[in-house]
Amino acid sequence: MEVPRYSERVAKGESPEILFWVGCAGSYDPRAQRVTVAFVKILNSLDIDYAILGKEEQCTGDPARRAGNEFVFQMLALQNIETLNTYGVKKIVTTCPHCFNVIKNEYPALGGEYEVLHHTQLLQSLIQEERLSLEAGTDKIVYHDSCFLGRANGEFAAPRDVLNQLTTDMVEMGRNREKGLCCGAGGAQMFKEDEPGDKRINVERTEEAIATNASAIAVNCPFCLTMLSDGLKAKDKQEEIMVYDLSELIVNNMQL
Amino acid sequence: MSIQQIAFLIVLIVTASLASKLYGRVIRNIRLGKDIEPLREQDEGRRWLNVFLVALGQKKMFKRIIPALLHAAIYVAFLFTQIELIEIIADGLTGKHRVFAPFLGNLYPVIISAIELLSLAAFAATLAFIWRRNVAKVARFQQSEMRGWPSWDANIILFGEILLIIGIFTMNMADSVLQIIDPSHYVQTGTFLISGHLGPALMGSWDPDLLGVMERFGWWLHFLVVCGFLLYLPISKHLHILFAFPNTWFASVSPKGQMKNMPEVMVEVKSMLGLTEDTGSMSEDIPEFGAQDVQDLTWKNIMDAYTCTECGRCTSVCPAHITGKKLSPRKIMMDVRDRATEIGKNLDSGNLTFRNEEARKNNHPLTSQNYADDRSLFDYITREELHACTSCNACVEACPVLINPLDIILQMRRYEILTESAGPTDWLPMFNSLENNGAVWAMSADRDAWTATDSQ
Repeated sequence: MEVPRYSERVAKGESPEILFWVGCAGSYDPRAQRVTVAFVKILNSLDIDYAILGKEEQCTGDPARRAGNEFVFQMLALQNIETLNTYGVKKIVTTCPHCFNVIKNEYPALGGEYEVLHHTQLLQSLIQEERLSLEAGTDKIVYHDSCFLGRANGEFAAPRDVLNQLTTDMVEMGRNREKGLCCGAGGAQMFKEDEPGDKRINVERTEEAIATNASAIAVNCPFCLTMLSDGLKAKDKQEEIMVYDLSELIVNNMQL
Repeated sequence: MSIQQIAFLIVLIVTASLASKLYGRVIRNIRLGKDIEPLREQDEGRRWLNVFLVALGQKKMFKRIIPALLHAAIYVAFLFTQIELIEIIADGLTGKHRVFAPFLGNLYPVIISAIELLSLAAFAATLAFIWRRNVAKVARFQQSEMRGWPSWDANIILFGEILLIIGIFTMNMADSVLQIIDPSHYVQTGTFLISGHLGPALMGSWDPDLLGVMERFGWWLHFLVVCGFLLYLPISKHLHILFAFPNTWFASVSPKGQMKNMPEVMVEVKSMLGLTEDTGSMSEDIPEFGAQDVQDLTWKNIMDAYTCTECGRCTSVCPAHITGKKLSPRKIMMDVRDRATEIGKNLDSGNLTFRNEEARKNNHPLTSQNYADDRSLFDYITREELHACTSCNACVEACPVLINPLDIILQMRRYEILTESAGPTDWLPMFNSLENNGAVWAMSADRDAWTATDSQ
């Protein structure tokens, strides 16, 4: 599919308005790739002036930093900042709240200052500007806050605004917004076995989602997507309940 | 000067000198930590807002309405009773009785009546708290770190509150009767809302001498319990009634997701990447990164620990704890406090074996700078606890006094990985592929290979 590269655009003497930061999950994880593709479809269909770094993008370093490995984090972060600053990037959008948090809050201390948006924030503003119009369905969809968009950055409204455009039957779990329960992936837990315990965190969260009787779970994070999908498999509900990123729901809605 | 005045003065002086010693120790223990980054002037407004809304206004308590209301009853009563306490101190020093009454006139019985009403509410709330802890056994007070002293500590305070309220009411009830039967000795204040009726009803027929004793008993009881409280706070979870204010002021106003940068690492990484020309300034010593002990934390981290009231809101929302892992953010805070207190005690002991090698060689006296023992925070906090954290910030969000347990966990992870080169072995492949491939997974495909997938 047609995905403009930042380097090519810059070589032509152009500067794209916005950089789409794809992230490791969005680049490599087969399930998260579908989210990336869905988001690109939206960007393309709305003629957004964007580009990706492609091979020049590296992990933001988030899991390394949270695991405690500041060396690896800074190595990656400083290289990424070098790339971004060389291209004169001003505005970044990303489908991953971990990338969002690190670039927005932690890159400035290392010399990288950009306007950073989570994709649900961009989608919200596109809806507000009436560039994106959706027809609300009636499916019962439950929304799950990611920790790094929600608690960590206080963004609870944007994804809910978008979801409310997609369905008239959005429901909440008991633990929502500031009280939202983690999916279990953060803090580099995604990349290790659980510590001994009674239960997996994703199963605890999935049970809460199942109890709402929703037909789908809407998320805004590729790691929540994996964790809750695994949770549904553990509860043998993967045929009845689906987990989607909001951009996938939009693509279905727009029939792109 | 009456004997009573002298006794009062002695109690006051002894309390003040003991207090300065005990609080001095806590402040010394807090200052074991490193300096914090200078506060930015532009954040001042937000910091004041935190002090007013979160500490004074108890905003975060109201996420759980029942304990919030019970706590508010005690807290508001505590605030207003300070008026009566100031009067008690003024009376005690001057040897007079109810010195505020002539100044305040008709307002005086209104104020005392308000304090009585609030005290009654506080009394009920205290009984409810005792019931919640000891009979209803609310889940968040039952974790393993709450066994023994922490559980006693909570009950001692609740018992002390009961005594305070008994003191106030005994004094006011006896006084109300004495005002009627002995107007020449007892200043006429006007009727108090509760004791003005309860006093004559219960004590109306008592002997005036006995009433005089009861009035003094209530007065002294209240004052002595207040002094006892003041001296008890520095060894108790109840220190939050004072520390909540500075702690909310110094709490971070950055987004919760933001981790502190490590400029000391940046120097090395930059020279490694060839981003700086200067490589000569690097130190010869093998540097230590992250936190092994409380001295490696900031003093704000340690103040957090001394501010913790062990309410367990953090632990009850921690996803790791909820699913049966060993991590309890409250225990992290209690461990930091206990370790700082342990070091403080050893410093107070003056035992010269607690000096580091260099100080011993040079025969320097024991100070907090040259302190060394064979222990560290890792003797309190296990790696299993640190490894269970998802950095989800639920504990940080839950704390009613803006304590940040996550910051401590992450600093200890940094020590484990950067200084010890230890940590979960599961993470090694991730670190390797991050270093070699710039991605969390070791992938042979190009990072933009997904663009070749046509539509799905």
